Amino acid sequence: MSAPLGAWVEGLGLLGPGLPDWPTAERVLAGETSYEPGPTVIPPLECLPPAERRRTGRVVRLALTVGLEAVRRAGADAAALPAVFSSSGGDGENCHEICQVLAGADRQISPTRFHNSVHNAASGYWGIATGSSAACNALCAHDASFAAGLIECLAQLRVDETPVLLIAYDADYPEPMRSARPIPAAFGVALLLAPAAGPGSLARLTARLGAAPAETLSDPRLEALRSAVPAARSLPLLRRVARAEGGSVLIDYLEHRCLELTVSPCH
Amino acid sequence: MRPLALTAFTATSCLGRGLDATFAALAAQRSGLAPCSFESVRLETCVGEVPGVDDVPLPAELAEFECRNNRLACLSLRQDGFDEAVRGVAVRRGRERVGVWLGTSTSGILETELAYRGRDPASGALPGDFRYRGAHNTFSLAACVRRAFGLEGPAAVISSACSSSAKVFASARRALAAGLVDAALVGGVDSLCLTTLYGFHSLQLVARAPCRPFDAGRDGLSIGEAAAFALLEPAPDDLDADATLLLGTGESSDAWHMSAPHPEGRGAADAMRAALAAAHLTPGAIDYVNFHGTGTPSNDAAEARAVAAVLGRAVPGSSTKGATGHTLGAAGGLEAVICALALRHGLMPGGVNTEAPDPVLPVNYLRANRRAPLRRVMSNSFGFGGSNCSLVFGRAG
Repeated sequence: MSAPLGAWVEGLGLLGPGLPDWPTAERVLAGETSYEPGPTVIPPLECLPPAERRRTGRVVRLALTVGLEAVRRAGADAAALPAVFSSSGGDGENCHEICQVLAGADRQISPTRFHNSVHNAASGYWGIATGSSAACNALCAHDASFAAGLIECLAQLRVDETPVLLIAYDADYPEPMRSARPIPAAFGVALLLAPAAGPGSLARLTARLGAAPAETLSDPRLEALRSAVPAARSLPLLRRVARAEGGSVLIDYLEHRCLELTVSPCH
Repeated sequence: MRPLALTAFTATSCLGRGLDATFAALAAQRSGLAPCSFESVRLETCVGEVPGVDDVPLPAELAEFECRNNRLACLSLRQDGFDEAVRGVAVRRGRERVGVWLGTSTSGILETELAYRGRDPASGALPGDFRYRGAHNTFSLAACVRRAFGLEGPAAVISSACSSSAKVFASARRALAAGLVDAALVGGVDSLCLTTLYGFHSLQLVARAPCRPFDAGRDGLSIGEAAAFALLEPAPDDLDADATLLLGTGESSDAWHMSAPHPEGRGAADAMRAALAAAHLTPGAIDYVNFHGTGTPSNDAAEARAVAAVLGRAVPGSSTKGATGHTLGAAGGLEAVICALALRHGLMPGGVNTEAPDPVLPVNYLRANRRAPLRRVMSNSFGFGGSNCSLVFGRAG
């Protein structure tokens, strides 16, 4: 890498098991309250027209909810933001329903199921919900999906010099896929990243690729979440931001690779 | 953006394996579409199937990635000296300095579809040999290719439906510009499966006869499968005049509908304008456009309006999907390679199957091949979810 890639964190959104929003997660990660796992409660989406709202599944609602939270907390305008969506499995429930129908005698799958089956379904609904015609990306890197999405954002920031929204999300599959890919709970996180500091910037990140093992979390329940849900691989980074604690943090990436982030809190 | 050289490229589709077979089919205006006899599919439609994909198992070290999609990927990598070129660049630049950005829409989902037929009647469990990571997961394509060459640089699969393997060029060029990598292996692979065949059928977007893009009587798309790859590197000063350059990339979102394009092609036009701006070119600099041109009534109409608005009505263009079928997540990569062949040989491929171009569509649609020196060409790829990407390619000299 030439000059290290970097970004300013302008806003965060989060939804996970027992974690209804970023402020709750922030208190847990800062050690102010203990982590009590519970269901991931995904609210209905008010931002979509009723016809589109009926067509969206849990996973799309998860992605849009965290994205909108990060934008709101940063005081930004979603309609002008490029976005990077990154997910290991996309909408597993929808995939299960399609495979189930295709395995039967009558293979007539529903048109809505089919258009929701694309990996970029969340980004498509995001555009409809926000009116944003900016470029959206839809990535997958299996367990490395969070870091891959962050790297895509950092490259965009460096080259295009405009803010970009990262939305990383994953949800549990129903059986029988759940046994093959045992993601225990839905978890989504969004980071609004900017190329320069603003009055509300939370932290500065710089990144480089490394080869050391990723950092783990000392709380066994948070560590269980981190190691089981690809989007929750972000937790060691979020912990630093929540604690306004500077230093270096290693995030899971691909085989032979980790992402080393240096966090510098703004206040 | 600074131009990047396509220092190696290859493609495999129903037109044939490798560049010579692909170009020979284009030069002869031959279509590879044929009535569908894939697997147990009973649909009255034509598909662009690559023969013999399942006859070529993966080498033992890639066994965990076995599926039709990765078999198609690996047989294509062996064409046109592409594998030697990748190994060469990994040695020259370092395996951790070569990134992998590939597009696919359905990855190895055929394996999952078959596994669901084989569920245990009592427990409902999938067969014990079902492999999620190696076959089903969207990333398996990039993981397989990365492993095949021992590459250790950044990697991602972009899965934005039918724009996937056009958008990989944009992500790779940013990674190169940002100094993350010194070379990028890009491309796309999608293979026939029941999800897309029955899915497009459910949306009533599939033609019975081979698709006829931009025809007045067009009535839907034909699905194909393909693997296409390119190696992107900063353009050296001593490039051969015949070499192909990536000059510009442009991306946008429709913000309109999940499976229908904006009727005026608003997002498509934005992507084309962004690609021209990145290439520092005016609309008049484009000599030929490889349309997305799926053959559905609404897609072709929206694209035609967008092309007319951005490039004018006179620029010659065609869709090669009448020859290859719509190869979905591989379409951007396949059509990038077709653009590179067009530039190299000075051939604008005429759109096969189209008999009477729709007079309502304001474009100069080529039905017959036209030979002329080409300097710069554009390739359009638009997908579900309103995901648009346009690429501009040019000759080095």
